[in-house]
Amino acid sequence: MPTHALSTKTARRLAAVDRFLTFIRVFLVALIVVGLLAFIWQQFDADNPFARWRNPGARSLTGDQFKGLLISGLSQGSMYGLIALGYSMVYGVLGFINFAHGEVFMVGAMTGFIASDKFHANGMWESNFLFCLALIIVMAIFFSTFIAVVMERVAYRPLRNSPRLIPLITSIGVSFFIQNFVLGLFGPSSKSYPQLPEWLSKQRSILTFEIAGTRLLVLVVAAASMVGLWYVVERTKTGKAMRAVAEDKEIAALMGIDVNRTIVTTFAVGGAMAGVGGILWGLMFRGVTHMTGFLPGVKAFTAAVVGGIGNLGGAMAGGISLGSAESIAPMVILEPLGVPGVSQLKDAVAFTVLVLVLLFKPSGLFGERLSSEDRA
Amino acid sequence: MNLRTASLPASPVDQDWRHVARWGLICGLVLVGLCLVGMPVELDRRTIIERYLSLGYVFVLIVPIIMGYVSATLVRLEGVENRRQGAFDLVTGFVVGLIGGGLLSLLMVALDSWNLRDPLVNWSPKLLRFLTYENGMGFGAMAWLSTCAVLGLIGASLHVVPALVRRSVSFTVLGLLFLSILEGAIDDLLEGFGLESLADWVYAKKGGLTLTSTIVVGLVIGVVSLVTRGRVKAATTRYRDMEGAERQKASMLLFVVVAALCVVLPIFLGKIMNELLANVGIFLLLALGLNIVVGLAGLLDLGYVAFFAVGGYTTAVLTSPNSPWFAPELHFGVTLVFVVLLAALTGLLIGAPVIRMRGDYLAIVTLGFGEIIRLLFMSDWLGPYFGGAQGITNIPGVDLGFATVKGTDPRSVFYLVLVFCAIAIYTSWRLQASRLGRAWMAIREDEQVAEAMGINTVNAKLMAFVVGAVLASFSGAVLAAKVGSVFPTSFMILVSIIILVVVIVGGMGNIAGVMVGSFVLIGVLGGPKQPGLLQEFQNFKLLIYGILLVFMMLKRPEGLVPSARRTRELHQEEFLQDAWLKGDKLDSDDEDDSGAEFSAAPVSVSGGDEGGEEE
Amino acid sequence: MSERLLEIRNLKVTFGGLDALSGLDFHADEGEIVSVIGPNGAGKTTFFNLISGLVAPTEGEILFEGDSIVGLDPSIVTSLGIARTFQNVRLFPNMTILENVMVAQHCRTSQLVFGALMQTKAFKQEEREIRERAEEVLGFFGHRLVGYRMDQPAFALSYANRRRLEIARAMATQPRLLLLDEPVAGMNPMETAELTALIGRLRTEWGFTIIMIEHDMKVVRDVSDRVVVLDHGVPIAQGSYDEVSTNPDVVEAYLGRPVEAKR
Repeated sequence: MPTHALSTKTARRLAAVDRFLTFIRVFLVALIVVGLLAFIWQQFDADNPFARWRNPGARSLTGDQFKGLLISGLSQGSMYGLIALGYSMVYGVLGFINFAHGEVFMVGAMTGFIASDKFHANGMWESNFLFCLALIIVMAIFFSTFIAVVMERVAYRPLRNSPRLIPLITSIGVSFFIQNFVLGLFGPSSKSYPQLPEWLSKQRSILTFEIAGTRLLVLVVAAASMVGLWYVVERTKTGKAMRAVAEDKEIAALMGIDVNRTIVTTFAVGGAMAGVGGILWGLMFRGVTHMTGFLPGVKAFTAAVVGGIGNLGGAMAGGISLGSAESIAPMVILEPLGVPGVSQLKDAVAFTVLVLVLLFKPSGLFGERLSSEDRA
Repeated sequence: MNLRTASLPASPVDQDWRHVARWGLICGLVLVGLCLVGMPVELDRRTIIERYLSLGYVFVLIVPIIMGYVSATLVRLEGVENRRQGAFDLVTGFVVGLIGGGLLSLLMVALDSWNLRDPLVNWSPKLLRFLTYENGMGFGAMAWLSTCAVLGLIGASLHVVPALVRRSVSFTVLGLLFLSILEGAIDDLLEGFGLESLADWVYAKKGGLTLTSTIVVGLVIGVVSLVTRGRVKAATTRYRDMEGAERQKASMLLFVVVAALCVVLPIFLGKIMNELLANVGIFLLLALGLNIVVGLAGLLDLGYVAFFAVGGYTTAVLTSPNSPWFAPELHFGVTLVFVVLLAALTGLLIGAPVIRMRGDYLAIVTLGFGEIIRLLFMSDWLGPYFGGAQGITNIPGVDLGFATVKGTDPRSVFYLVLVFCAIAIYTSWRLQASRLGRAWMAIREDEQVAEAMGINTVNAKLMAFVVGAVLASFSGAVLAAKVGSVFPTSFMILVSIIILVVVIVGGMGNIAGVMVGSFVLIGVLGGPKQPGLLQEFQNFKLLIYGILLVFMMLKRPEGLVPSARRTRELHQEEFLQDAWLKGDKLDSDDEDDSGAEFSAAPVSVSGGDEGGEEE
Repeated sequence: MSERLLEIRNLKVTFGGLDALSGLDFHADEGEIVSVIGPNGAGKTTFFNLISGLVAPTEGEILFEGDSIVGLDPSIVTSLGIARTFQNVRLFPNMTILENVMVAQHCRTSQLVFGALMQTKAFKQEEREIRERAEEVLGFFGHRLVGYRMDQPAFALSYANRRRLEIARAMATQPRLLLLDEPVAGMNPMETAELTALIGRLRTEWGFTIIMIEHDMKVVRDVSDRVVVLDHGVPIAQGSYDEVSTNPDVVEAYLGRPVEAKR
């Protein structure tokens, strides 16, 4: 491991590579600015010359549409945030990316599906909805946590002292395994959650925002989980131990903290959050397959980095930012520039954000919280 | 661990019953898991020994053996006299198997009593029939309990029996298994040589070995293994100990033999086998390229498939008359020039930004790039140029003047791929022993010190990216010509990951390892979309790849065919410890090597550990 | 008058509010052996890190052969002619001894992919030269690092041999200025004496200018032309060994001020 003196930023001269990077930076900023300007212009005059050149047939976005995009971005983003917490925590404590965390999320969603399906079959879903909801959340948390803990014990603990890439590769293997195991168990068809009761899912009007009940539920549950997590991390002894181990494992051990148990707890809490995210996803989108974890997993990791890896508040903030960007950017930046089929490119936007953040601001918006050995 | 009770296990009684219970449970869960995932039923379709044994049963039966073997192992403490394996280990194996069999029986009962078809897709009468061997539940339960218990015992006993017995038994079993699994290839080969009668004798009509051939071949292998004991080991040790010029000659000889086989065999193989070989070749080429990027330069590129796509799409656009926007319909040879240029350019474009990142971020960013490129090729926005989700079709084969290479003649495709593979192997080989190769090694060892030693790490890493990109693009070009069309779905991240598995399982940084990995994994289990020799694994190969990756990383990160250097890297501590225990003199400061002071503390891979002071 | 090989003016570097080095002036002339000594934490290794480009200074000038090298990549600094060893030996552990020394010649050689693939005459010639040069450098240490040892991985070396290899590697980059960071740390008296003689020969036979950080005063006395004492990032004395070792400030820095006798 490099000594402290060498881990500070190395002095470097502008090389061709750096010039290239600056070019990309400038290009992207220009693109975003032009797109935004075009959008604004479009709002005022849908038939302006620029729009006629790049985006004929454009219609300006109404306030309601915009608000709708914002809400969907926020609710999606809060789910990303819940998943991102797990990535952030594991990276903060162990210093590697747990590729398989997306699968933990998927397991939660699957559990929710199986449970809710059974409840639906015997009618309890409609009659006793809140009870069922609580129960499936508990079950999802249970199974997600279980998977996360087993993962740590079997695949990651033996590799505690390996160079960083080895646990990453192992986690890719674990991710693959879980995906295909679930595929084998439950088959490739898309599983749908039963319909939510009318009184929950109907549109509501809150502060001039038209918001579907389901989205509201997502926001509320996500917020509640965040609060719960904050309480655990900041106010309890376990949380303190987690923060200490994230800071410096060796010293924490010398202070009498059971490092292994704390790491397990970290995985468990991250898994639990992902499990909740899974349920919310299932309720929101109603469809789950074995591949459901992959894309949200990568996006959640992006969110974790955007917010600053290791930084829990940042993870949630990053999730919300990413969700909003994903929702708004296609309509606000890409379409005015004349890019057809923007809804397809939603995922591309997320990946682009991932690449850009890691290129230009890998420490994230709110600063990373890592132990000194994991940094750089 | 309670300090008071921590002690070295000295007698068999110390063996923990909890240990037995835990492994029994694991055994049972694995068995149940296997069944519920659907493997045994699906694999039942392939017969190993006609009428008696199918691959499905083999897979199930192997579990208690492995579990028995593993659970009966104790950690051998270095420097402590080994506790003799004894009766208790056998009991452990037996009980572990018993518990496993018990859980399986419970599954049987459950299958009969409840219907969990929804959600568990494989909860079916078929599974029940498989488990009861068509003979009713009581029989089934007894059969499983006893069989698993006995198999667990056998597994445990593998520790205890003399090496000779172990050797001949495992050789026989594995040999028969291989003979049966490779039926498709061997049958084809024998037919090619005109030896159908032999094939008919060895293999039954409906597949699998005939009983007679099982017995005869089994005996032969058993005898051979007994007779050749020690000779094989001596030969491999001699090979491993060879140094310098002698080693080079031996490797060269080995290589020529393999190359000759590769050239000659396809002539005798039928169409299906050649198709398989062509597929293996395409992925082998990809693996060789990734081997340079990951194995030599140490850059984990998860978006490697992007270069594959660039090669494929460039070929498609430049050669196909159906290319939507620009269809020059160039000859393949000319296209290749553009393929190389574009791949190199892409390599630079993707490489330049990621070069300075830390390893795991590099992995994720390249993953992002790979996905972005695929999404772009698939988008409607670029549809007018690249065909969108429909891709580009009607790509002609390669017209070489004396022959045409096209998908309908897989043998020709294989030879074309072979040429490119040869180029890739030559490139890896030469680069490894060059200034650039040494620079890559140094970067892998300690990047900061490499910089301080005057190596321009940015350029060196970029070169790795570019070389890897060009090789991958060759593979893409061949794929395009072979299949005749390119679709964005051929270029998913799945491909990158599977290639990574091949490289790691085979042996990172090691050409022979990568070749073995490709043949074993892609050839037998199948590629991302293409089935392998054992088509039954179509639904399970990804599962197996996942487990393999985890297993290899945990137990044998240097791969199946490790390079000596990589084994040293990954097992440095053990290497040194072994030397210490065996009393080897590694190095001393005395002029006359009197073997006194031994002070080789393991050097951590990324920097010294003689605590430096802050100054 | 020969231009100063290395000229440093007002060098300052701050780490998180702490001045590791403040206002350091330093110079080294061609062919000199200058020792930098001082108590722990004085900023000596930081000083080396600044020169070799691993750390950027907050303020000040570093001129090598008259040109500023501040802000340059470490690999460029090395190619300009400054090589260093590390305090905690940082070899390439899994590369052989020979490979360690061969790779150090990277910045002096130029063959790329094409040469390697085509096995051009130029490529083979260069490889030969690299190997010869490596053996020459290793031969400087007697028969310790040559012969069968050359193909052994570096992690298998004994401690003293590792330190020697560290120096050999730095030598192989063909520098004009060699920065040795505690070259004899941890060696026994016999090895120390041997290495001290070698350091002298590095100057006379190989023509390097040497700046050396050391704690072993015997080595400092035997080998240095000039000694610079650093304490808390500031030079507190300069001169020949005898001048410096009797300087009261230096003594105080190492041993502290004598406590007033209690009555």
